[in-house]
Amino acid sequence: MKWRVGVLAVLAGFALTGSAFADDAATIRLGAAVSLSGKYSTNGVFTRNGYDLAVARINESGGVKVGDKTYKLEIVYYDDESTPARGAQLAERLIQQDKVQYLLGPYSSGLVEAMAPVTEKYGVPMVEANGAAISLFRKGYKYLFAVLSTTDQYLKGAVDLAGKQSADPSKLKIAMAFENDPFSQDVREGVTEDAKRFGMKIVVDDKLPPELNDMSATLTKVKLLKPDILIVSGHEKGAETAIRQISDQRVNVPMLAMTHCDSAQIAEKHGKIAEYTLCAAQWAPSLGYSDKLFGKASDYAALYEKTYKEAAPYQAAESSAAVQVFADAFTRAGSLDPKAVRDALSATNIQTFYGPIHFDETGKNVDKPTILFQVQDGKYVVVYPEKWAEAKLRTPTPSWDKR
Amino acid sequence: MTDNLILLLQNPSFALDVVLNGLLAGAIFALAAYGMSLVWGVLNIVNIVQGELVVLGGYITFVTIGAGVPALVALPLSALVMFGVGFALYYTVIFRVIDKDLFISILATFGLSIVIQQLMNTVFGSDVRSIDTGLGSFYMLDGAVTVAWIKIVACALALVSGLALWTFLRYARLGQAIRATAQNPRAAHILGIDTSRVYAITYGLNGALCGAAGSLAVMAWTIHPYIGLPYTVRSFMIVVVAGLGNVGGVVAAGLSLGALENVAGFVFGAEYQIAFVFALMVLILVWRNWRAARRRTYLA
Amino acid sequence: MIDMFLDRVRAVPEWALLVGLGLIALAAPFVVPSLATQLAMLWLMVVFAQTWDVLGGQLGYNSFGNVIFFGIGCYACAVVQRDSGLPYYDALALGLLFAAVLALVSALLFGAALLGIRGHYFAIATLGLGIAAGELAAGWDYIGAGSGLAMPLFPGALGSRELFFYYVMFAIAGACFFTLRWIYGTRFGLAMNAIRDDEDKAEAMGLHTTAIKTVAWAISALFLGLAGGVAGNMLGFIDPRDVAFSGATFGVWMVLMAILGGKGTLWGPVLGAVIFHITKEFFWTYLLGWQRVALGLLIVVIVLYFPQGIMGWARARQQARAGVAT
Repeated sequence: MKWRVGVLAVLAGFALTGSAFADDAATIRLGAAVSLSGKYSTNGVFTRNGYDLAVARINESGGVKVGDKTYKLEIVYYDDESTPARGAQLAERLIQQDKVQYLLGPYSSGLVEAMAPVTEKYGVPMVEANGAAISLFRKGYKYLFAVLSTTDQYLKGAVDLAGKQSADPSKLKIAMAFENDPFSQDVREGVTEDAKRFGMKIVVDDKLPPELNDMSATLTKVKLLKPDILIVSGHEKGAETAIRQISDQRVNVPMLAMTHCDSAQIAEKHGKIAEYTLCAAQWAPSLGYSDKLFGKASDYAALYEKTYKEAAPYQAAESSAAVQVFADAFTRAGSLDPKAVRDALSATNIQTFYGPIHFDETGKNVDKPTILFQVQDGKYVVVYPEKWAEAKLRTPTPSWDKR
Repeated sequence: MTDNLILLLQNPSFALDVVLNGLLAGAIFALAAYGMSLVWGVLNIVNIVQGELVVLGGYITFVTIGAGVPALVALPLSALVMFGVGFALYYTVIFRVIDKDLFISILATFGLSIVIQQLMNTVFGSDVRSIDTGLGSFYMLDGAVTVAWIKIVACALALVSGLALWTFLRYARLGQAIRATAQNPRAAHILGIDTSRVYAITYGLNGALCGAAGSLAVMAWTIHPYIGLPYTVRSFMIVVVAGLGNVGGVVAAGLSLGALENVAGFVFGAEYQIAFVFALMVLILVWRNWRAARRRTYLA
Repeated sequence: MIDMFLDRVRAVPEWALLVGLGLIALAAPFVVPSLATQLAMLWLMVVFAQTWDVLGGQLGYNSFGNVIFFGIGCYACAVVQRDSGLPYYDALALGLLFAAVLALVSALLFGAALLGIRGHYFAIATLGLGIAAGELAAGWDYIGAGSGLAMPLFPGALGSRELFFYYVMFAIAGACFFTLRWIYGTRFGLAMNAIRDDEDKAEAMGLHTTAIKTVAWAISALFLGLAGGVAGNMLGFIDPRDVAFSGATFGVWMVLMAILGGKGTLWGPVLGAVIFHITKEFFWTYLLGWQRVALGLLIVVIVLYFPQGIMGWARARQQARAGVAT
């Protein structure tokens, strides 16, 4: 008896899925696997918010014009649980089972790394906004595009600034601590190259295990070897841990540069001990970019804050930009054929509130610089590049007993 | 690697810093390990949900301090709340695991840990949390040795708790009841001990210990919903190395593993820190078993 | 009602069941091509469950570290494919061979060290081994360290990749099944069960228990290594902690699937793998946001209420009907 009910339930399930595939003639469906649970879920939610905000804005501004038809955008979401294997499976599912022909990227380079082979295989263009690893663009993928600046750019500014402060950069010592995951290791690669360019000496080069939240051994080494710059990159956990422990262990370094400090909210949460820290970021609301859809960067920030009741993180901004890129490409291609869309994408050259977006032949955005904030008086102030700098860099960082 | 080793040997004050920080970190794991040892010894359960209880304790502290409660009060408060959580968990889930074999308990508590992780993620969000107690740091030797006061507090607390636990188990009636139940549940029951209550209290005590550990963890480091597993695995490792029912052994093992881990991180590089510690555990087990085999017995 | 169903199932001769299932399995990727990769993952789960059961069910040695051979297989095959310079299929074949051999040799080595340990200490030791392996892989630059390894692109036509890997994985699962089926029927199989039932007596009777245990582990390692090589290619990207040596997912699932189906039986793990995989996919699609909670609860339920698994339950039921007290 009970198994009959079970069979009915299963059939009902299939019926439900079937109806979900009934295509609305005037909608373009984009697929996205984002991290709604697991260690990247905070940023995964920002990513989804960014996608949703852009889709809502585009739809209410009249949709996307392709040829002589107008379409609304719609996104099919799955949760990749911050796991690369899951992301790859979901990419397959989106393409094979849900018949989606265009993909929006996941959060984190590791996940893009896992999904790119799938989208490449099926010829499905993927525009991603949160996977900055430069290694992604060395594999010859033709269907992968990224709106954000790649990892080699992240902390370039910090090394550049440090180099400029000193009369002889080759005498500078650099200490690095990077989390042992694809993204952070790629940032490390960028920093290592920049350091080599200046001839700086790398005195500490540690790969922090992701499960750990204690870097005291590394910091003791830093105290011992007295580098001129300390660079830490380990997502929000790394930023938080570094700020706490550098203060706990009174590690004195003339310059400290990190990634993810603004999303870890170090200035808000840790007050004075976060001062003088340099933070790499993809975008800031104070930058002078603008576009027709969102207005200025500050307008986007205001809209985001109104919709989601929190300050706009750059992860959301770049995700919105990814949707804008697709909308622009659909219109320029004049067709919904994935190959035509892909070709249109590769010719993208637009200005958005997030910054200029211009893909090179490997698919990365070569026109947008990363910026550096410095925590000054509890605020994140842009100090690099000089073009957008709101204030001068405060350097060298005074030692702990003088703060 | 060798140059790191030379660095350590040439700078004994910094070596002391590494060892001390590791030692104090180990103290927090030792707290969780007491609980693990208790639950294992008395209820015959390997409590894989231990780490999640630690993180939950941390979140409770985070929330209470956020509400304005001073840190000194938040710690015992978390411990108390977690005692209640442990007690409740026993009567809802754990009691069904009691009479099953050890292996089943590992899997059941693993399932439970997944559920709790997700619930914490939903309720508290997946952001990394941490609390600055403002206690500052203790320095020695011209800044070579710097230790956050909170870590010293943690170590002191771990030692005091260990002593308190040992005294409780030895001399208090309830403690003796717990030991009796651990030795022979049926006999204890016949002699009038309410074994089910004893189990619940033991599990609650485990919860309290985890709550204290989590409280210290959020003050000394950072927590997020998925950082439970390292605590589980380390407390597990400490109990295995120390042997069951050996409170002094747990302290010694906890502190030394913490120190060793930090030194390994310094010498081999942080990426091999964890591998080193686990390989060490495997080696210890193999060595113990070999010794037992020579006496024609085996590790049990 | 259920008993009638069970009787009907039991009445089907085994060869008919095997042939029937084989035909379905062979035809499946053509009937539902969009599910090809999902089904290939299903066969991977079957391999996981079966190989775990060799040690856990038949020998009584619960291992939490079997995933180490899977990881070794992933990396071994990937490294050969990356460095050999051979054309794709040759490199893949060589890679799989290397994966199987390396996994086998590792099992012999680890077995010699660890198989003297018994009971839950063995479980703990293998758990530690699995974690240490994952961390070591994450620190070793030659195999990509924390950044992982990306696999070379499959050269075949669109759509052929899923089919290819599906059949390879099916072949591995099938080979594993028939190998184990044969072994369980020999004296070796009896010896394994003797060790499970009472190792001291088995030893006293003259069985070389350590040798038997090591060989059994080596056999499971062989199939795990092969599966690892194929899985690495299917997934396209190997991450040391999340894919290759993932104790918290694959490592635990293999245990659960075997228990769900009924450990110590031949068909139990297969059944358990199928049901677990389908249920898990069901949760992932329809319980978005709560799927992990559902999985955790499922685990607790399986372990507490079905420790003997489905096969065990069916067997106990049959015995009860026949009047045998269990």
